[in-house]
Amino acid sequence: MFRKKKNKFFEILIEWMLRLSGSATTIIILLISIFLFTEGWGLFKSSTVEKGYVLCINKENKIKNLTPEQIKEIFDGNITSWKEVGGDDIPIEPMRMDEVIGMFSEEEIGSDFEHLPERLSDVTAEHKGILGFFPEQFIDIKFKGKVLPAETISPKDYFGGKEWFPTATPAAQFGILPLLLGTLWVSLGAILLALPFGLAVAIYLAELANPTVRKILKPVIELLAGIPSVVYGFFGLIVIVPMIRNVFNLPVGETALAGSIVLAIMALPTIITVAEDSMRNTPLAMKESSLALGATHWQTIYHVIIPYASSGIMAAVVLGIGRAIGETMAVLMVTGNAAVIPHTFTEPVRTIPATIAAELGEASVGSVQYQALFMLGAILFILTLIISIWAEVIRKEPHAE
Amino acid sequence: MKSNNIHKKVSQNVMFWIFRIMSFSVVAILFWIIGFIVYRGIGVINWEFLTAAPEEGMTKGGIFPAIVGTFYLVIGSMLVAFPIGVMSGIYMNEYATNKHIVRVIRIMTNNLGGIPSIVFGLFGMSLFVNKLGFGDSILAGSLTLGLLALPLIIRITEEALKAIPDSYRHGSLALGATKLQTIGRVVLPAAFPNIMTGLILSIGRVSGETAPILFTAAAYFLPKLPSSIYDQVMALPYHLYVIATSGTDLEATRPMAYGTALVLIVIVLIMNLLANYLRKKFTK
Repeated sequence: MFRKKKNKFFEILIEWMLRLSGSATTIIILLISIFLFTEGWGLFKSSTVEKGYVLCINKENKIKNLTPEQIKEIFDGNITSWKEVGGDDIPIEPMRMDEVIGMFSEEEIGSDFEHLPERLSDVTAEHKGILGFFPEQFIDIKFKGKVLPAETISPKDYFGGKEWFPTATPAAQFGILPLLLGTLWVSLGAILLALPFGLAVAIYLAELANPTVRKILKPVIELLAGIPSVVYGFFGLIVIVPMIRNVFNLPVGETALAGSIVLAIMALPTIITVAEDSMRNTPLAMKESSLALGATHWQTIYHVIIPYASSGIMAAVVLGIGRAIGETMAVLMVTGNAAVIPHTFTEPVRTIPATIAAELGEASVGSVQYQALFMLGAILFILTLIISIWAEVIRKEPHAE
Repeated sequence: MKSNNIHKKVSQNVMFWIFRIMSFSVVAILFWIIGFIVYRGIGVINWEFLTAAPEEGMTKGGIFPAIVGTFYLVIGSMLVAFPIGVMSGIYMNEYATNKHIVRVIRIMTNNLGGIPSIVFGLFGMSLFVNKLGFGDSILAGSLTLGLLALPLIIRITEEALKAIPDSYRHGSLALGATKLQTIGRVVLPAAFPNIMTGLILSIGRVSGETAPILFTAAAYFLPKLPSSIYDQVMALPYHLYVIATSGTDLEATRPMAYGTALVLIVIVLIMNLLANYLRKKFTK
């Protein structure tokens, strides 16, 4: 009797452990989203200007604020008049602290920089078009200029910004447009390359191959999926990159095209497996009716099997894109990683995962760059989540005729 | 009419040959990749390469610390993922009675499987390395890789259990065994070989992953082998990435890179063959 009770307790305990394990994947997904967003969200509370510094202008300047992009363009010398950013027609004089120090003798500054606040104040008052980039600690209450209010990085700067330059001073650039477009270009290129081959292999496996060939081909394709991405990257770097450089006569072979080719090979197994499965699910009765009506095997494939399997094929494409969007190492090794908006396939590009992999090692924990990279991770997470669910939905759709 | 028939036949033949050629070109690509790595790497592999540490800026010596590191990470990640994955699979197939719950779990498992490995890396860095304070370590890397391997193990366990006929369960229950006894002594032993293929395939997968360990475990070079689970390790895929892209003398490190790539491919090949062998042996 006692033993039975103990057993019962044991069974309940095990059942709870099983239940807990069953919910593990759900919990992990929740945790991932919580952690990515909490780490990344601080980005939109961070100042656009480098930490510990402020931007100062002359008192008569009517400018209220500047976007990170404008700040960078001014200090790069691409914007030269206040008129271009909504102010008076006065030339802009961008100035860093070093330049101010250079204007004065050592005595005027003081050996301990004790007179520096005064000098900064004077310079700001004297130069009508000044845009000073000074350390906060040297701005005192007697400052005769205007300190631009600290702006935080807005989602608009992040999602719409055309430049990714996280180490730029005075204002780091966190525009993800080039990365987003780079990712899309490389992934779409990969799918365009992989789709015809994937469909051909799927049709071959589902309809043409005899059982022996099939038995050999299936494991081969599984093996293709098993090769580590870093090996694909290495192969791409040694073989495909030089090939592209020679064929297109380019200065460098690390291009979007190289990434697309490598990703196409990597996405093939996913496309083949999903597409073949859905083709095999075509009811035999449908196939046989078509053949009985005098259609050839090819006509049956083209007019019956492919339309029937179309939702599965769509799912295969979507899953292939998902695989390509998230791929990191292979892409990092072959695409050249230039964070510019791509115009052709023979230019270097940089994708979102590659950016995270390349930069997170150098970003200190909690810094603005660190937050921006986690935000990229969150975007990637959402993208792939949408893709997974999308694929699930189209696979489950009833086959409309 | 006749010409129409001939036309149909011809277009069918043309299309089918296109499919055949494209299919075999895909196979050819695989053999090209593997053949290329084997051809360039086989000359590098010798006893010293497998058992010595890298020397002289990765241009000489071997990859022993990376092999050891990958071994530790694989063991650690499987200790995390295998029990949870198998239990999750058991729950889904044997216990969960509510169809909706099973569907939600399955969708979540698929979703987890679709999340890019670099996102696991970010998550592992944030939770295990920083929040829990494990630092860059075998522990943090194993946990991160374990989460990544979970969906595969769950899926294969579920399939393995589904393949066991209900008559097994009914027979056991009819003899007076409890549900747990039935699962533990009848269902699991019967499904065991197929569950093992899941374990083997995930070992193959985990040993090649780079992105999740970039910020959670991997080190560029370590003079000593790790002595505790809080130590950093070198790992084969990361080692290949580093010597392929960022050496001071790329030409001099190339042979080492070919050798490392070959070792990685051999691991994956062995794991795949083993899994296929098991599957074939026990489905008969």
